[in-house]
Amino acid sequence: MFDVLIIGCGVTGAAAAYALARYDLRVGIIERFNDVACGATKANSAIMHAGYDPVPGKKEAVLNRRGIKTAAKVCRSLDIEYKKLPSLVVAFNEKDMEKVRELYERGIANGVKVKLLDGDEARKAEPSLSPDVIGALWTNESAIINPWEFATAMAEVAVVNGAVLMLENEVTGIEKNDGYLTVNTDRGSYSASYVINAAGAHSPDICAMVGDTRLKAMPRSGQYYVLDKEEGAKVGSVIFGCPDENGFKGILVAPTVHGNLLVGPTSDPTDDPEDLSTDPAVLSRIKAAGLKMVPGIDYRNVIRQYTGIRPTTNVRDFVIDINPCCDRMIDLASIASPGLSAATAIGEEAVKLLKKAGLELKPNEFFRNSRPPVTRMKDLNRIRRRAIIKKDPAYGRIVCRCETVTEGEIVEAIHRPIPPRSIDAVKRRVGAGLGRCQGGFCSPRVHQILSRELGIPMESICLDKQGSFIITGKTKN
Amino acid sequence: MFRKKYDVIIVGGGPAGLAAALAASEKGAGSVLIIERDNTLGGILNQCIHNGFGLHWFKEELSGPEYAGRFAAMLKKTAVEVAVETMVLSIDAAATADGLSVVRCISPDESVSDIEAGAVVLCMGCRERTRGAIAIPGTRPAGVMTAGTAQRYVNIEGYMIGKKVVILGSGDIGLIMARRMTLEGAKVLACVELCPYSNGLNRNIVQCLEDYGIPLYLSHTITGIRGDRRLESVTVSKVEGGVPVPGTEFDIECDTLLLSVGLIPENELTRNAGIEINPATKGPKVYENMMTMTNGIFACGNVVHVHDLVDYVSAEAMRAGAAAAEYAAGKRVAGRQIGVKTGPGVNYTVPCVIRPDNVEKAVDIFFRTNVPRKKSVINVMSGDTKIAAFKRDYMAPGEMEKITVPKVLLAKAGDTLTVSVSDAE
Repeated sequence: MFDVLIIGCGVTGAAAAYALARYDLRVGIIERFNDVACGATKANSAIMHAGYDPVPGKKEAVLNRRGIKTAAKVCRSLDIEYKKLPSLVVAFNEKDMEKVRELYERGIANGVKVKLLDGDEARKAEPSLSPDVIGALWTNESAIINPWEFATAMAEVAVVNGAVLMLENEVTGIEKNDGYLTVNTDRGSYSASYVINAAGAHSPDICAMVGDTRLKAMPRSGQYYVLDKEEGAKVGSVIFGCPDENGFKGILVAPTVHGNLLVGPTSDPTDDPEDLSTDPAVLSRIKAAGLKMVPGIDYRNVIRQYTGIRPTTNVRDFVIDINPCCDRMIDLASIASPGLSAATAIGEEAVKLLKKAGLELKPNEFFRNSRPPVTRMKDLNRIRRRAIIKKDPAYGRIVCRCETVTEGEIVEAIHRPIPPRSIDAVKRRVGAGLGRCQGGFCSPRVHQILSRELGIPMESICLDKQGSFIITGKTKN
Repeated sequence: MFRKKYDVIIVGGGPAGLAAALAASEKGAGSVLIIERDNTLGGILNQCIHNGFGLHWFKEELSGPEYAGRFAAMLKKTAVEVAVETMVLSIDAAATADGLSVVRCISPDESVSDIEAGAVVLCMGCRERTRGAIAIPGTRPAGVMTAGTAQRYVNIEGYMIGKKVVILGSGDIGLIMARRMTLEGAKVLACVELCPYSNGLNRNIVQCLEDYGIPLYLSHTITGIRGDRRLESVTVSKVEGGVPVPGTEFDIECDTLLLSVGLIPENELTRNAGIEINPATKGPKVYENMMTMTNGIFACGNVVHVHDLVDYVSAEAMRAGAAAAEYAAGKRVAGRQIGVKTGPGVNYTVPCVIRPDNVEKAVDIFFRTNVPRKKSVINVMSGDTKIAAFKRDYMAPGEMEKITVPKVLLAKAGDTLTVSVSDAE
């Protein structure tokens, strides 16, 4: 019996678990995939938005602003890759400028330090911008972040403080009992006094399981290009095009914390939130939009494309409340952009709502706001690296050549509170395979290390989600 | 334990590095170090267990490991030192007061070390183009990998990577893997090639596809990948003018897609060292003796341009290694420089610059042509003056071309030479 059971371990669920770790509670987290941060958290723009976008007064606006402030602190205390970076919304014509001015007004209303720039000022702030840009909104209250690490780190702190993470559990139904709920999954049944619905694109389905049908999933698909570091070095800000006619943020060009360049996303309605395929027509739209803003992008240096699903619903705001049909369930639903930026604030809201719903909150006197340290060899000076290699030579053995990730870092990640169990999970933890050769060299080696460290046969190791087996057996002898 | 200083440091212990080290040692370099990131010498040859290597160099047919083994055995008789599991992190050319370069590397045994070198030879080879680089649309299931990664799984680790295989690209690794997978009991359903001709060696088309009845779809490409966890099927489309033709799609059910869609010289180290890169090859520009445009840094093998046969890598690396040893001993080349330019029909040339004073009898110029050709003439022009012409009965982009220009003819050339290909009259 859990005091609180969180459904979904994306950034929202992880932030809720992190916020709850401060209290003396039995917390469980169930996740349908074989790793944390596998839904919208895996595939997004990795931006901490300044907060000029949401309409003032909406939950999105309030929690975006509150979220980026607490997130900066969380990133510092948990050593999460995060970098302050100015952002611009650029205009090419008077119609765009109207939108830019509207965002400026929203920014002021939301308490963001924003500036309006003319074309030359914009190019001075961001020299890669097109000569055709006539004006821009500018702020330096934005940042870029490693979203996988952000979610994983918060979940790790929760686990270190006693939360139980149950992977590969897909919820099939929820039973309302006297004083508690039972959550059934394809793996078993879990009882809890309270449930948090942080199921991302599937949060409307979870609502429906307690009889609440007001939310309709209306997921939107966004495709992206990832380019090599050569391109990432060309851009020093997060550059947005103007929002589209539906009010969704425009296509952006932004460096990542790993030094690559992202161009995307589109925002197209989709019927299937599981469909993460990419489409050439959509990608060529992105290519053109990126080039319009930053003409110097060389798409010959593309290294990957991906698709993310925004868990949007018929409600055009975060839905964060006690469920109307079940007073033991807290919904953290419809968390589309700026969900990553707002995550820590959403987590804190969940605690408040649990209290309101009747959960008794006693401080956890053993709470540790930390996780085991992460060794990032690349960022260390020569003396530090030498000391680490002397203690464990595996930290001197490069496995991923493109990103210079060592065997020591991979082994360390595999023995962390939330072990990565697939090749891609290792990639999300330590960056091995993230580079220009896309794991061509290192994936067979990471595969072996996973098998060795976890004591799992090679045949059972997956590329990414459960069932994505890489090898089919031994060659004939 | 590394010395503080070597005459010549070789970055990479694949075929180029092995030959360069051997030549440097033979040329009198007292101390030579090969730095290899894998745990053994030989590079990609170790996973090339098929034969066909060495016909030119050793006048016999060897497997990849045998070919590497021959060189490793020759090296054993020299004083060349080898550091395996060691990766070079950066090169600082002519960084010390006496003009030595500094090579920073990392390894389990030696930790992070800075080593000085009289000359450095870049032998990092190349990497495979990926799915992402060519943006194949569709889902991202397991079962899609480069042919070289597949080769490692099958030949080195002893694992099968699938049962029903489609191969995109008719480069040599793809063709070799078509045969390998067939011999291991998989069904290779198709080899799909974007170009109207194969980019592999003719002998590989015959021995790896035709002998096993594997269909080759020229002017076709993959326009769709389906499957949630493991690959389920691919869509193949006809291509005209480089663009898929709507309405020509057909699906092939398969669990594996191997990509053999090109090789890219691996030059991140080179770029970070500020060494000039030739955009046509993505490898460093080199002089006739394989020195890059940065003094004291040499390069050879696939890091300069992708070769068709390892034998030619060895030959090029021998020249680079010898020149590096001479440089370390203090030899400097002065005098006139002739730039080599590409004309119609020629994709690139190696070298990019020739210094006639450093040419003994003749200089070899390597290049690839852009399309398959029958009877052709290779023209070497200096302005409007024809310096030399070479006849060919057959040329293909998949095969490297070599022309040899005698020193006496170089004397006739101005500041530039242009190499072009035209149809024979």
